[in-house]
Amino acid sequence: MKPAQLILQNNVTFSGLSPAWQTDLCPGEVVFNTGMMGYIESLTDPSYAGQILTFTYPLIGNYGVPKPSLWESKKIHARGVVVSEACENWSHHEGTVSLLEWLKEQKVPIITGVDTRALTKLLRESGVMLGAINTRISNLESRIWNHFDDPNKENLVGEVSIAKKKIYGKGRKKIIMVDCGMKENIVRCLQEYPATLVRVPYDYDYTKEPFDGVFLSNGPGDPAQCTKTIEILKKAFTYKKPIFGICLGSQLMALAAGAKTYKLPYGHRGQNQPCLDIKKNHCVLTSQNHGYAVVEKTIPAGWYVNFRNLNDGSVEGIANKTLPFFSVQFHPEASPGPTDTRELFKQFFSML
Amino acid sequence: MGHIGPKKVLILGSGGLRIGQAGEFDYSGSQAIKALKEEKVKTVLVNPNIATIQTDSTMADELYLQPLNVETITKIIAKEKPDGILLGFGGQTALNLGLALEEQGILKKHKVKVLGTPVTAIKITEDRDLFKQALAKINVPTPKSIAVKTVKEAVAAAKKIRYPIMMRSGYSLGGLGSGKIENETILRERASAALHNAPQILIEEYLGGWKEIEYEIVRDSADNVVTVCNMENFDPMGVHTGESIVVAPSQTLTNTEYHTLRETAIRVARHLGIIGECNIQYALNPKTSEYRVIEVNARLSRSSALASKATGYPLAYVAAKLALGFRLDEIKNSITKKTSAFFEPALDYIVVKIPRWDITKFKTADRRIGTEMKSVGEVMAIGRSFPESLQKAIRSLNIGVSGITDHAPIADPRQEIMEPTDRRLFAIYEYLRTGHTLKEIHGLSKIDPWFLSHLKTVVDMEKRLKEDPLNPELIQSVKKLGFSDKAIGKIKKKTENAIRTLRLTHNITPVVKQIDTLAGEFPAETNYLYTTYHGTEHDVTRSKKPPIIILGSGPYCIGSSVEFDWCAVNAARAIRSLKHPAIIINSNPETVSTDYDECNRLYFEELTNERVQDIADFEKPKGIIVSVGGQIANNLALPLHTAGYQILGTDPRNIDRAENRYTFSALLNNLSIDQPEWQEITTLERAKQFGDEVGYPLLVRPSYVLSGAAMNVVYNADELTTYIAEATTLSPDHPVVISKFIEHAKELEIDGVANHGSIVIEAISEHIEYAGVHSGDATIVLPPQRLYLDTIRQTKAIAQKIVRALDISGPFNIQFLAKDNDIKVIECNLRASRSFPFVSKVTGHNFIDLASRVLINQSPKSTDYETLELPYVGVKMSQFSYQRLKGSDPVAAVEMASTGEVACIGRQYMEALYLAWSATEQAVRGQRLLISIGGANGKKEKFIPLLRQLEEAGWEISATEGTQALLAQNGIGSRCVYKASEKLEPNVVSAIAEQQVDLVINIPNHQKSATLTDGFTIRRLAVDHHVPLITNAQIAEIFLKCLTTLDRDDIPVISWKEYLT
Ligand SMILES: Nc1ncnc2c1ncn2[C@@H]1O[C@H](COP(=O)(O)OP(=O)(O)O)[C@@H](O)[C@H]1O
Ligand SMILES: Nc1ncnc2c1ncn2[C@@H]1O[C@H](COP(=O)(O)OP(=O)(O)O)[C@@H](O)[C@H]1O
Ligand SMILES: [Mg+2]
Ligand SMILES: [Mg+2]
Repeated sequence: MKPAQLILQNNVTFSGLSPAWQTDLCPGEVVFNTGMMGYIESLTDPSYAGQILTFTYPLIGNYGVPKPSLWESKKIHARGVVVSEACENWSHHEGTVSLLEWLKEQKVPIITGVDTRALTKLLRESGVMLGAINTRISNLESRIWNHFDDPNKENLVGEVSIAKKKIYGKGRKKIIMVDCGMKENIVRCLQEYPATLVRVPYDYDYTKEPFDGVFLSNGPGDPAQCTKTIEILKKAFTYKKPIFGICLGSQLMALAAGAKTYKLPYGHRGQNQPCLDIKKNHCVLTSQNHGYAVVEKTIPAGWYVNFRNLNDGSVEGIANKTLPFFSVQFHPEASPGPTDTRELFKQFFSML
Repeated sequence: MGHIGPKKVLILGSGGLRIGQAGEFDYSGSQAIKALKEEKVKTVLVNPNIATIQTDSTMADELYLQPLNVETITKIIAKEKPDGILLGFGGQTALNLGLALEEQGILKKHKVKVLGTPVTAIKITEDRDLFKQALAKINVPTPKSIAVKTVKEAVAAAKKIRYPIMMRSGYSLGGLGSGKIENETILRERASAALHNAPQILIEEYLGGWKEIEYEIVRDSADNVVTVCNMENFDPMGVHTGESIVVAPSQTLTNTEYHTLRETAIRVARHLGIIGECNIQYALNPKTSEYRVIEVNARLSRSSALASKATGYPLAYVAAKLALGFRLDEIKNSITKKTSAFFEPALDYIVVKIPRWDITKFKTADRRIGTEMKSVGEVMAIGRSFPESLQKAIRSLNIGVSGITDHAPIADPRQEIMEPTDRRLFAIYEYLRTGHTLKEIHGLSKIDPWFLSHLKTVVDMEKRLKEDPLNPELIQSVKKLGFSDKAIGKIKKKTENAIRTLRLTHNITPVVKQIDTLAGEFPAETNYLYTTYHGTEHDVTRSKKPPIIILGSGPYCIGSSVEFDWCAVNAARAIRSLKHPAIIINSNPETVSTDYDECNRLYFEELTNERVQDIADFEKPKGIIVSVGGQIANNLALPLHTAGYQILGTDPRNIDRAENRYTFSALLNNLSIDQPEWQEITTLERAKQFGDEVGYPLLVRPSYVLSGAAMNVVYNADELTTYIAEATTLSPDHPVVISKFIEHAKELEIDGVANHGSIVIEAISEHIEYAGVHSGDATIVLPPQRLYLDTIRQTKAIAQKIVRALDISGPFNIQFLAKDNDIKVIECNLRASRSFPFVSKVTGHNFIDLASRVLINQSPKSTDYETLELPYVGVKMSQFSYQRLKGSDPVAAVEMASTGEVACIGRQYMEALYLAWSATEQAVRGQRLLISIGGANGKKEKFIPLLRQLEEAGWEISATEGTQALLAQNGIGSRCVYKASEKLEPNVVSAIAEQQVDLVINIPNHQKSATLTDGFTIRRLAVDHHVPLITNAQIAEIFLKCLTTLDRDDIPVISWKEYLT
């Protein structure tokens, strides 16, 4: 390990240590996640594309890294990792390599030994900001370095979506799964039902084919960037077939319906976000990972808020009053996080 | 929704602290009362544990210091007419009592509704068979098991399940007959023994070595559920969770494992219909991730107290609100004040709990730990790495080690790793240090390599520390692994102070972090704090107004228990009421003082010289109170004073004068106060010479030890020789102190508060046992019943002299011996003593409140308090845990052995005594006495008139040979039973084991334990079979009087308030 810095846009730097192989300066949007486990699922979640992920839990890597079939996608999507301690003495029957070995394999930089609580509080107070893990320029230089590019302006969804259509199963019902950076566990959850799943790229126009329902996945970045996906979705609305969106998918549904989205100051990233299922007046605990949310007062007539965040009152999902369209801002597929809302997949399937 | 519930609620407490059921229930009961009061629900509390916060005048609307049994509660229900009852806040005692009340139709008859989890659900969780069936219904696995009625069936069942198996006695006497069985031969033997006592036993799959995991669950009546915390045991299955080192959150579980168990927990809580709090225990296979549910506790438990403190989520408070019908999302998160109680805390630190054992206090007790509880308390530590938290916890144990590196050598560490003892952690460390591999240790212990490799990291760092120069980088690194200045000093051959100074010159200090339940995600006004070396920034700035730091008690152990928590909490309340900010430091999760609403700031931290200084340097307090936390706090007085910190109250140099035998003795001589003759000796010859000079018996002890550890009475030169051989190996650094042991002396105590050398308030209490039973074990009565007026006058005069001479400001306690009006002083503590809550509640004057005023230089309002002429009597009696300590001799002597206490108030002495006796769970239910009094005749004679009265009252008396003969001579009819060694029937063994007697009196020869005697067998049998046992002549006498003269069914239930007004 050697000295390294986390440089932030506001000129604050945190010092720490990085593995010897790191020699570069790696920028990204610095965000934090408060989950206590599930670092594998988080790091391979495509929604973290473009971001440097800070874990607030101080010990990360305890159970090592399992084989890729247990990941949420084929690789690590986060651009960098910030921790207090990266555990080298991992122990688990599913583990194959350590976190540090894995990051090296995947060429994802890490900085350890950081006061992640101090960093988290800073992000909470100033909002998420751009930053970089530095092992290239001197400590002194790093204090004035300022060449950040906002990853939210990139076509992040384009980077993480699949390239070609892919088909799973051969059930009677056909579900279009729009992949904007879909987590594998969503596929696993939907595979529990007798359906044909057609996973398509974010910009694929599926409205030309017959389908029984559309699923809109999670994904990274600013939803307003996904103009193509939104256009196609608007067309899909006219078929009045069931549509279910998760996370980015929920924001896209809102945008297609005519609502607006905004950037939350520091997002919701964690596994303990309480939400109220408004119709049932029932509380659920949810897993979340998003930086943008729906502006409630822009939600058009004909739509309503179906879930609400119990902490800050923000919109956690919308649904159409008459048509079978609904979406949630959180992750019912969990992985990582609580499984309280798994039933939503069942609900979706039963609507088909 | 909101509160739809009752108007007046009865809360059952848990009684005296004992192994398996300790201070955690003061925490849960107190939070329940606070929660109910907020909703304007009237509360009635029954709990004879007078040393608790929950029994304070400011807590419940009505308080009954009464035994927790069906008869008493029935009377209280009839009188108070509550419309609701809470069973989940007083441990197993309250739960069992609630079930009994329900079964006997008492709750129904009086229209008392059980709030929270319904009785039907509780019953399922309490019955292993019903429980397994219920879980099978929702496809949740429990350990495979087969119930059998014969040995043959047992053998067949074991074959099917495969060895090793776990045998559980269906009807078990304190776990008697449960345990791991390796093969058929042993099974045949054990099963036949167990089936002798029980109609049915359970052959269960043995899960030793699986990970042991717990979750704490809350569920409301609208079916909203969360799991507030999960915890992982360092010691895998096979070591009771109460005996295990525990971490929170779990460290070695993957996301899938964590959430599979979480989801199951929720399904189980839902299926059982839990409303409020419950705890679920799992075994998790480390190789396959398969799991089994071990049990569900449908009540607040030790684990829930730990989880509350570990997360900052006030489980008991929330559970009480849920019992009233509130929803989780209607209850505020009391840390953020903005979000609701429906969430799961995200921790950004790691918590380690270590149990505190006192097994070595019992010479004959077995040190090994296993599936039954033996520990008497626990500590918790918070840090941001596992080694940091672990080492903090180790220091908090107060077992004389400054870190994991600092334990005395263990003769055969391998053995203690394989068959765990109370010091397995240190055995592992030692074994690693001598080069053994993680693999080998994992093989022996099945402890997850994750934990072991962290210990290895510490071993490697210790090595580096030995070899490398102590530069700032190295100091920083070792501090991050939790090394204390003292431990570093020991390794580097420097003093603790030298290391501290070096550290401070390099600006290496811990940072203060908040516990906010949301890992920093939301701004929180939390005052719940800890320190860590893994950080660059404090979360808080120092208190605006200079605060007052109160040192808490540290872990509960024999000699220091909930009474000191009561003192600390009351001090904080008083300080705050006087408009000073109060800071509490404590490391014990089973306490009310670590509820963050009891002070302005709570530091959940180790009570060590180093850490208290760190905190004081940060907070710049007005002063530190060391006199309300028991001996740990008291011992810090001088070092803190020497280091320049302001200690409030009596000058620390005078505290030291009272603690030090020589200076104290000289002081008494100067004041012409008598004391037992004593001498400090370093050679055996000197000791014998002293014995010849003053005459035997002698009391022998190492100096500077609390609660009589290693103390002994010797009756002749031979015993002296043997004992000294033992004691010097016990503590080679300390000389031995020998005093003349005064036989047949009365013992009394003065508890008081003084202000600049003059007494503000004092209370004299009398011991019922003669001196020789440790004051912490003795039965104490207030006001005194049988003291000469002259004795009282003299002790008061002596107290005044001492108080003046030591210029005492604050609480104090002086212990006296009195024989024929001849008064001697045995010790003086310049701190609150364990009897402070007792004297405060019996007299109705809060001694700690008065002391706190003095400590911050406010003159007390008055100095005229009545503590002697009371129109009622209070009796405090000790609660022992001999049942849990297999093989220990249940005789109270000069070494303290009790784990808790109860106290009851009665209209007169015998009534109070009888109630207190019943409150120690020794209620006498019939009229059959077994009496066996050894020793020289003369001792027995005293009992003749009493036994005659007993016979006349219809009692059936059995007696061993000598006693029986004497009874016959005196015309008292009794049945002769043979001693155990005589192996003839009728025998004491069958008489006791088959519950043919309702009370056993066995008075041993001296107060000295001899374990292979017939007397020992009788005592042990009585304890193991839950038959009330008396071993002290003074108690036997007064108790027999109670039995013959009191109308036991006719004792009215009178509340504390009714007595006092
Ligand atoms: N089948 C088993 N195999 C091995 N150890 C067990 C088994 N069942 C329980 N234990 C151990 O015994 C301890 C006590 O058992 P438990 O059922 O939880 O009783 P208690 O009511 O005393 O908590 C557990 O903490 C666990 O370590
Ligand atoms: N000289 C003595 N003669 C008789 N009993 C004594 C004498 N000294 C102490 N004891 C008994 O031993 C008990 C413990 O002694 P004490 O000095 O109070 O120890 P500790 O410091 O543990 O409180 C006392 O409560 C008393 O019953
Ligand atoms: Mg265990
Ligand atoms: Mg248990």
